[in-house]
Amino acid sequence: MKTLVLLEHADGKIKHTSLEAVAYAKAMGGDVTALVLGTIDAGAIGEAGKYGASKILHASDQKLDHPIIQVFSSVVIQAMQQEGASNFVLANSSLGSPVAAKVAVRTGAAFASNVVELPATGSGFTVKRSIYTGKAFAKVELKSDKKVIAIKKNAAELKEVGSAVAPTPFSPSLDTKDFNTKILSTEKATTAVSLPEANIVVSGGRGMKGPEHWKMLEELASTLGAATGCSKPVSDMGWRPHHEHVGQTGVKVAPQLYIAIGISGAIQHLAGVNSSKCIVVINKDADAPFFKAADYGIVGDAFDVVPKLTNALKAAK
Amino acid sequence: MKILVCITHVPDTTSRINFVDNNTKFDTSGVQFIIGPYDDYALARAVELKETQGATVTVLNVGLAESEPTLRKALAIGADDAIRVNAEPTDSFFVASQIAEHAKGFDLVLMGRESIDFNGGVVHAMVAEMLGVPAVSPVMKLDIEGTTVKMAKEIEGGKEYVEASLPLVAGCQEPIAEWKIPNMRGIMSARTKPLKVVEPKAADGNAKTLTFELPPPKGAVQMISADQVDELVKRLKGEAKVI
Repeated sequence: MKTLVLLEHADGKIKHTSLEAVAYAKAMGGDVTALVLGTIDAGAIGEAGKYGASKILHASDQKLDHPIIQVFSSVVIQAMQQEGASNFVLANSSLGSPVAAKVAVRTGAAFASNVVELPATGSGFTVKRSIYTGKAFAKVELKSDKKVIAIKKNAAELKEVGSAVAPTPFSPSLDTKDFNTKILSTEKATTAVSLPEANIVVSGGRGMKGPEHWKMLEELASTLGAATGCSKPVSDMGWRPHHEHVGQTGVKVAPQLYIAIGISGAIQHLAGVNSSKCIVVINKDADAPFFKAADYGIVGDAFDVVPKLTNALKAAK
Repeated sequence: MKILVCITHVPDTTSRINFVDNNTKFDTSGVQFIIGPYDDYALARAVELKETQGATVTVLNVGLAESEPTLRKALAIGADDAIRVNAEPTDSFFVASQIAEHAKGFDLVLMGRESIDFNGGVVHAMVAEMLGVPAVSPVMKLDIEGTTVKMAKEIEGGKEYVEASLPLVAGCQEPIAEWKIPNMRGIMSARTKPLKVVEPKAADGNAKTLTFELPPPKGAVQMISADQVDELVKRLKGEAKVI
């Protein structure tokens, strides 16, 4: 059995969630070929080999630097054909999920996204998906020979099972008709840690009283190597950018640790954080509903507690 | 310009999630159903385009009779007519196939970037594939100049500004438009606007949901005093092992 895995990359590195996809594919059994598109240093790609890829295809054509889902799905299908891969696995993302869905439609493969653990193959092939925005799971049977799976963060554990592999050049044919979307420009925040990929998130709400007080949270985040997030009212008011909004209609995070500061814990916000392993809530109001969803809570003034927490963490390093 | 807005009929965010019938069905008792919040953004943008550029807005839902009040709400918000494909929205491929069947002849197909019940987030891409048109999601801003659509798309950590030609499919999210609340006039006219019911076309995506389950219950919160922040650090390290 052979599985193709798409590796997404940003800032010269393969995304952590893509390496999880390699580990997932390896654990499914059989051989794993990884695929990388666009300009990236050959040296940065090799680590996919450590997590189970026995071959890595690199389609380095510059035209692939700006991801267009129609183009990417065509390249994936060519790679699957070349490698004789019956399965395609990748990490859920705004790029990955639609590419996976198109590949599924074009190849007649059964498709599941937001998959949270390895498949059960006792009778048939079943995967567990996250639904109701993290409040429940569905067991879905994939009934065709070809399967396309988009995994949620933390679906597979990263274990070193091999060593780095040098990439093999791959030159798929690119159809101009596939370039059906023109990318005019990109605006990216120059933050170190991406929110959907983050293992620790420091998040602020209206209790922070204004954007000018965010420096305190940024310092805490920097001490922890964390990404920063915020509640919907904070991004609606323009205190923080939209891509930091965590919630039902914002980013759904899945970190090991989520620290919520000055956030009351409305259900819409909880929908974005319920996949966190551990939640810490710091709020002046002892009746804030968020405490009911927390693992640890401190009732106190954020402007007092947060600097103390940052210092305590620095001392404990 | 003809706009098709695809909406979902889903439990509201505050609903208790429970399953019955040996965990094969969602427990609807006491649950309030709404238009999916992401679809609300799509519908609001469509109605804005209707008001500013002149367009007709058709709203479509794949669902059983119980989703008709949700379709009427969309009509009250400003859609001109509605289509209900009489079937349970079992999976993304099935739903996308129904939408594609009815989308021919529309210039723009809008929907939420994902539905809040099954969170697949791919119906827009599948519909576009079936129609042979571009798909863009998640779209935060959408403007039409002639046959060119200019959009701002959210990417991890930022935005991408893209453009494509009509016809296309877009998966919408905030802040593409402000959610619209139906006014009295809208609610009255919704009662007489056309709502057509059609039978589904056969479509099998080979992905069958067998059962549902709930996550394990969470333990009680451990409260720590504000002057014992060191204790929190100790527990995060030693007990939770997250730092």
